[in-house]
Amino acid sequence: MRIGVLYSRIRRDEKLLLSELRDRGHDVEKIDVRRERFGLESTTANVGDLDLVVDRCLSTSRSLYATQFLDSYGVPVVNGPETGDVCADKAKNSLALAEADIPTPATEVTFTKEAAMESIEEFGYPCVLKPVVGSWGRLMAKIDTRSAAEAILEHKETLGHYEHKVFYVQEFVDKPGRDVRVLAVDGEPIAAMTRSSDHWLTNAAKGGETKSFDLDDRALELVDRASEAVGGGMLGVDLMEVGGTDSGEYTVHEVNHTVEFKALDEASEVDVPAKVVDWLESKAEQASDAAEAQV
Amino acid sequence: MRVHGRVGDTMTTDTDPVLAEDPITGEEIELPADVEVGEIIDSPVTGTELEVISLDPVVLEEAPELEEDWGE
Repeated sequence: MRIGVLYSRIRRDEKLLLSELRDRGHDVEKIDVRRERFGLESTTANVGDLDLVVDRCLSTSRSLYATQFLDSYGVPVVNGPETGDVCADKAKNSLALAEADIPTPATEVTFTKEAAMESIEEFGYPCVLKPVVGSWGRLMAKIDTRSAAEAILEHKETLGHYEHKVFYVQEFVDKPGRDVRVLAVDGEPIAAMTRSSDHWLTNAAKGGETKSFDLDDRALELVDRASEAVGGGMLGVDLMEVGGTDSGEYTVHEVNHTVEFKALDEASEVDVPAKVVDWLESKAEQASDAAEAQV
Repeated sequence: MRVHGRVGDTMTTDTDPVLAEDPITGEEIELPADVEVGEIIDSPVTGTELEVISLDPVVLEEAPELEEDWGE
């Protein structure tokens, strides 16, 4: 098969993916989105005869636009632009989860610091302030006091891009020192791990310690439903355990659409890149069958 | 064999180390044998992130700085 890989930076994750694709004999077209032009009818990128394109853009804005353009040309792309649109924005992400009746942390969005202050006071301390677009735990604030809230809100309003004037305030979930990352393809988990840290942010990118995790039935159900809620695809579903490690209850705080998997590959015994490519092959076949049916 | 310049446009095809010039210090540095165009290398001289721009010949540039919308 001919598989396109959208990228702007080759991380360890992309190297694992490229290696697995090539080992299986697939013809890989690397597409550096920084070097291409995307017109209303066509692109300079060599996408004409690709069976599937997988979006691995590190930049969310590039990911969203590039997949939107490819989709408009009829090029099959995963994850699709609709999934990216929901996952890239924490407010849309929270809404999608809530609309699907999936437990997710209580959240409010406000557009002025005064309204944000009201939300914060109502949640009480500590609570959490997040940028609507962002990753790896960047610019996340756990707010412990009113004076801290005032300072953070003033900084965001004064220094920030307009997106920082969309104040995303969330309850603080007292997780048991860890959260759970699940890599799933169309709702089917490939592997899962816990990310533990003494810090309230447990992201692997922040140095959280990773360990393989066995999903119970409730977690499996939530992953499947969360995937469906955002439109499916290859996703990183993040859950927090509510009420301790053995409670069997979770809240889903985020679904990521350009998921990194190197940490999961190291933490679990699953050959994650192989499973990802299995899924890509099945998606390419589906796309091919759909194209033939239209002829 | 140690070589400057590679076969193939975006990936290497053998197991020999790849040598390149550090664009900041001008010193010769060694890259992984399976290096890819677009890959980020930490300079062993300065620790600076360097991006592999091409493989034939091998060209490195200082990598773009982290931007706010980068991530998952």
